[in-house]
Amino acid sequence: MPAPRSLSSAVAIAIVRLAAPWIALAAVFLILPTIFHSGSALTMLSLIGIMIVFTLSYNMLLGETGLLSFGHAVYYGLGGFLAVHAMNTVIRNALPVPLLVVPLVGGFSGLLFGIIFGSVSTRRAGTVFAMISLGLGELVASSSLILRGFFGGEEGVSTNRTKLLHVFGLNFGPQIQVYYLIAGWCLLCMATMYALTRTPFGRMCNAVRENPERVQFVGYNPRMLRFIAFSLAGLFAGIAGALAAINFELVNSAEVGAGQSGLVLLAAYIGGIGSFIGPVIGAILVTWLEVMLSDVTDVWQLYFGLLFIGMVMFAPNGIAGLLTMHAPLWQARAYGSMLRLALAYLVALVPALVLLAGLILVIEMTYHLSVKMSEGRTISVFHVALDSGSAMPWVVAAVLTCGGFWLFRLTWPVVGAAWHVALVRAQAERRTK
Amino acid sequence: MLELVTISTLNGVLYGMLLFLMASGLTLIFSMMGVLNFAHASFYMLGAFFGFQISQILGFWPALVAAPVLVGGIGALVERYGLRHVHRHGPVAELLFTFGLAFVIQEIVQMIWGKGPADYRVPAALDFSAFTVFSTNYPAYKMFELLTAVAIFAVLFTVLTRTRVGLIIQASLTHSHMVAMLGHNVPRVFMLVFGVGTGLAAVAGVIAGPALVTQSNMAGALGPILFVVVVVGGLGSLAGAFLASLLIGLVQTFAVSVNVSVADVLGSIGVAAPAGGVLFDVWDVTVAQIAPIIPYLLLVLILIFRPTGLMGTREH
Repeated sequence: MPAPRSLSSAVAIAIVRLAAPWIALAAVFLILPTIFHSGSALTMLSLIGIMIVFTLSYNMLLGETGLLSFGHAVYYGLGGFLAVHAMNTVIRNALPVPLLVVPLVGGFSGLLFGIIFGSVSTRRAGTVFAMISLGLGELVASSSLILRGFFGGEEGVSTNRTKLLHVFGLNFGPQIQVYYLIAGWCLLCMATMYALTRTPFGRMCNAVRENPERVQFVGYNPRMLRFIAFSLAGLFAGIAGALAAINFELVNSAEVGAGQSGLVLLAAYIGGIGSFIGPVIGAILVTWLEVMLSDVTDVWQLYFGLLFIGMVMFAPNGIAGLLTMHAPLWQARAYGSMLRLALAYLVALVPALVLLAGLILVIEMTYHLSVKMSEGRTISVFHVALDSGSAMPWVVAAVLTCGGFWLFRLTWPVVGAAWHVALVRAQAERRTK
Repeated sequence: MLELVTISTLNGVLYGMLLFLMASGLTLIFSMMGVLNFAHASFYMLGAFFGFQISQILGFWPALVAAPVLVGGIGALVERYGLRHVHRHGPVAELLFTFGLAFVIQEIVQMIWGKGPADYRVPAALDFSAFTVFSTNYPAYKMFELLTAVAIFAVLFTVLTRTRVGLIIQASLTHSHMVAMLGHNVPRVFMLVFGVGTGLAAVAGVIAGPALVTQSNMAGALGPILFVVVVVGGLGSLAGAFLASLLIGLVQTFAVSVNVSVADVLGSIGVAAPAGGVLFDVWDVTVAQIAPIIPYLLLVLILIFRPTGLMGTREH
């Protein structure tokens, strides 16, 4: 029998273990702006924080409960709109409400609309749910262009975040203050959503995803579980929307539209819907790509779509899935075979990069030749000036693409073999231990 | 009033038949592979742009044949080298694959033809008025669209229900293992259906392109309506898709021509509109304005009260 003292110390250790990752994350959030302190970096960090909340809320549906939604931006956008209207009301009547609690308004509106729309759409899962979510999304998006008073028409509704009640001497004018506001809410939402996945409710959501019939056999109502998960996802999406509204001081009807719904789906899936960390990776990557790629090329969304299709075809568990695939090797400490695997990856990487370069060349030259003809035929790809009107660059692009593809097909079996060997060795070593 | 009804009916039936041209392919693909092809409207858009490009060089009539063949070929390739591999990851992955495909096609079209509308015009041979109803000239091109759509519907229905090929396709839907045992190549049947389905969407694109606007957002505008059609009609039911296409075509066309607002209705029963507030717009909204919303309202209502759709037999 353990003594009471050791029991309490065991509890303390458990609490520390539980809290440690979150404390570490909080520290990272605190330190990040001191490393990336330029204006554009701060903006990007804020956007990433918003996107993490939004993507994780989406994954409560797709990853945890198995509900594929094509209209999640409805709750994000409506949360944003109601937050902006609330802020404007507060400003107009000089109410004693600080900016810190405005995301709650977004959260509650997201929850409210989640409850309303969830009650009609969560009766069924699968394709029917996906279609209803699409229909509801289009319904709200079309309404946003009609109800101009509420949605502000084309230009949207703007606000001023500095005019609210100032507490602790914060006026939220500088971006750094807004970053810390977003980071704080992001941390809170992440911890809450993670905790939710660990509750019996979260586990039953996974069960509903896997086998709703068996869930009924053990006495739960799958529809009710889907409904609760849907409403909660609406809540967190609403918080994300309110954070975005605070960040931009503007919300327009594009925020409730199909584009935003598609973006969050892309982010969650590319990151990996099978784990909690996946959507976070996806949100970071997608936001970063959105900002970086749109600076470099006008057709960045095409690369984005191609990346998504590639993930769906070859890595359905996303980036997080690719990483966790290697966990058994790491755990078995099979460093020798891991090194060989890394070499095989390097061998396949070269033709893959060649193929990629060829594809980029084709895409950029096509784009230039067809749309931006007026700016002359010369373009610069990878800082190399090319004449997209002459035959030579096209031949080079074709050779790179086809040659890269051919070589990749040749080298890929090497990777497959190395992977197989590494996995078998790792399993064998595990067994001997 | 009679004039309005006649013209609206004609236009509604025409729009409905165009919807059906696409919905037929979509619903066939769905019943075969259990995949709702998110990119179906994108193939329609490809058809319109291919038709535009080919008609610039060869004229309209060769384009009417060549564009659907090309798009159908692309569709078959997508099935063979894309969708077939995704199939093992389950239906969600398939839906996501077609979602990504729609995204990519949209971007490619924007990349090649730009964001503005293409100058795709009605061919000169059909650029006259067919007849005059109540002082309104009805363009011959619209009659041509209508006749083409009806002809394709007739051919499709005959092939599916009266021929050996149709028999194999229908059997592949329900008893794919048995069909394979009998020596038919079921994956190739799937590929052909996907190719023909996307080709049909392209036909719709070629003939609708000049009448509507050929622009890179045409897929995004039509895609969701197409889903409404197949879901309202009942997933996998060709007759249901036909009925729903006509229904939505007529409802939308009639709604556009009705100019009654909420304020008018409430005013007639003695309720005054509020003076201000963020929701004052609700009172000014006319039926014509909410015409784009009606299909989605219909979709949501149907899915709540009759999830199998009008003619569907299966619940998914």
